[in-house]
Amino acid sequence: MATKVMMEALSPTMEEGRLVKWLKQVGDVIKTGDTIAEVETDKAIMELVARGDGVLRAKLVEEGTTSPIGFVIGIIAAADEAIEAATATAAGGIAAATATAGGGTATAGVGTATAAGGTATAGGGTTPATAPAATAPAATAPAVAAPAVAAPPAGPLRSSPLARRLAAERGISLAAVAGSGPNGRVIRRDIESAAPTPAVAVPTPAVAVPPAAVAVPTPAVAGPVVLPLTQIRKTIARRLAESIGPIPTFYLTAEIDMTRVGQLREQMVAAGDQFKVSVNDIVIKAVATALVRHPEVNAHWMGDSIHYYPDAHIGMAVATDDGLIVPVIRNANTKGLGQIGAEARDFAKRARERKLAPAEYSGGTFSVSNLGMFGIDQFTAIINPPEAAILAVGGTETKPVWENGAFVPKQRMRVTLSCDHRVIDGAIGAKFLQTLRQLLEAPMMMLF
Amino acid sequence: MAVITYRDALNMALREEMQRDDRVFLMGEEVAVYQGAYKVSKGLLQEFGEMRVVDTPITELGFAGVGVGAAMAGLRPIIEFMTWNFSLLALDQVVNAAAKMLYMSGGQFPMPMVFRGPNGSALQLGAQHSQAWESWLAHIPGLKVVTPATPYDAKGLLKAAIRDDNPVCFLEGEMLYNTKGEVPDTDYVIPLGKAEVKREGTHCSLISHGKMVLVALQAAEQMAKEGIECEVVDLRTIRPMDVETIAASVRKTNRAVVVEEGWEMCGVGAQVVDFVQRHCFDSLDAPVLRVHQADAPMPYAKSLEKAAKPDVPKTIAAIKQVLYID
Repeated sequence: MATKVMMEALSPTMEEGRLVKWLKQVGDVIKTGDTIAEVETDKAIMELVARGDGVLRAKLVEEGTTSPIGFVIGIIAAADEAIEAATATAAGGIAAATATAGGGTATAGVGTATAAGGTATAGGGTTPATAPAATAPAATAPAVAAPAVAAPPAGPLRSSPLARRLAAERGISLAAVAGSGPNGRVIRRDIESAAPTPAVAVPTPAVAVPPAAVAVPTPAVAGPVVLPLTQIRKTIARRLAESIGPIPTFYLTAEIDMTRVGQLREQMVAAGDQFKVSVNDIVIKAVATALVRHPEVNAHWMGDSIHYYPDAHIGMAVATDDGLIVPVIRNANTKGLGQIGAEARDFAKRARERKLAPAEYSGGTFSVSNLGMFGIDQFTAIINPPEAAILAVGGTETKPVWENGAFVPKQRMRVTLSCDHRVIDGAIGAKFLQTLRQLLEAPMMMLF
Repeated sequence: MAVITYRDALNMALREEMQRDDRVFLMGEEVAVYQGAYKVSKGLLQEFGEMRVVDTPITELGFAGVGVGAAMAGLRPIIEFMTWNFSLLALDQVVNAAAKMLYMSGGQFPMPMVFRGPNGSALQLGAQHSQAWESWLAHIPGLKVVTPATPYDAKGLLKAAIRDDNPVCFLEGEMLYNTKGEVPDTDYVIPLGKAEVKREGTHCSLISHGKMVLVALQAAEQMAKEGIECEVVDLRTIRPMDVETIAASVRKTNRAVVVEEGWEMCGVGAQVVDFVQRHCFDSLDAPVLRVHQADAPMPYAKSLEKAAKPDVPKTIAAIKQVLYID
């Protein structure tokens, strides 16, 4: 019995995956559970394991190709078993998809983007545009993405079916056309008055793994450089647009005296290197402690209900070369500074290596984003839904503070709390910040 | 070619078919001595005699059933309902007997019969006598439903309906009977199931049937003064519906308005819109809109009746909306 190898949902929010590398070759003996490929999800590179025993008989997609969940990418079967039926089912999907792509293949990047209603779905930015197999997932992607266009929060690009067809035929990016119909709907007359979008070859990195930094190549011709969205960039865009759109957010800023936190760190280092902790570790601990005292801030907005959590699972925003990811320190309220520090360092390291498991970056109840190390004094962070608030932490600097009739130098840090007003009212957010200030200005209060 | 009324065109069709085939006979209330409530059967009693032009009591279910029996026995009855509003009493014979007889008899009993009469509203006939029944009838497998809009179509379609071996519901209009048009006195038939483009245009398709075709044509005439060329598609037959003609028009114009006399819910226009979205999805530049009667029993008051009916201004408003004209 042949086993189809399918693109699987390897993260909670994944809708499609890019096959980074085949780890088995055609003809290799496979046992259930063997890792057969590496797949880039919207957040990380994950291992795809075999769901059946036999021999890897066929690879149906090439490395670098993006496929929707459920797409058959390979066949495992006995060495002498006929696999035509299984392959035909899968190939049927590919063939149909290729046919759908039609004339759009020549301008894969542009054409695909328009077909999906402005959402660039090619995903295979690293896919050679000439590889026939590469057109298949790209062409199927719009079918998958289509329902998303109707999803209310994302602020979809509206267009008539005729406008979409004409735009695809003329190589016009719908996203570049201002719609004159109701709700900005792009209609025929808008396409007819639009200039064709110049077709720019999608740069093809030599390696299968995405470039460490997004290097923007110099275009050979005048015009924009079009880089398809990476999975992580797509997820960030979707999630944060969901956030800034429908969430009525307000912001509370406070400047906190960190002098005693500084003293605490010095005392701990003096006790030995193993007791070294960062300001951020202490902030996370203080936030977790404050959240337990203000559970009304430690909440999820669920549309028709609000979930309040007794324990604080703190998401910590980590910048990687590919983009933002937010691993979660679970039950931070019950953990000591040493454990929080160790987990934070481990998360930061593995986030940069893209080795985080999905469970490690989901389930947060509150997030902390710290840009102090970049010299940022103060900023506002965007709430990570369904969480109800996020704390933006600026850098600590020495400032003159008026105290007892004289200016004295003090270590000061500015924090800004972004609150979802559907969950948190101003006074509640302010009280939370008051407690946070109390904990950080007198860290011993965390022992209370 | 003679210009005659819709009423006389129907009369001509009946006469020609009764002359052509002596199995054809007409039966209904007031069709013989009174010459028809709307004079459609004028002169037929004198020409064909009382065996073939038969007055009935006010018993719609009864004489519709006699018609079904006559068709089973090999005759070709034409059953006239004084209006289709009265046909509700006969629907068991129409829907359960005529429409299903061929199927349930394993092909032994064809139903070469016509049910005909005026359909829809006239003027101030009240809620019970102002109803358009085509969507009810078109719902039923086994029936054909025909809605001629012009005298020419009335004659050609009625002759085709009489010659058809299936039960045909033939929906005329009290307000159409006096309309005039060119009708040849020659023997011609218009095949059932074929729509006709009554006016060519490139900007918007107006899909209509029955007396609303006249509304669509007037709306198209007015829009032409603003430089908007509407294409008027007359369905002529509701069932079977000519999807090809509808789709060809919408693919040309990229937008459509359906104008019908009946109510919105599950109306004929709903079926048209379904065909359009399935066959013309990639050609549509705007959602398809419908113009129809207000979702209420027809008011008796003249002003309210006017407000409830689909008309030229409502059609023009819909045309402008699908054309994105403010």
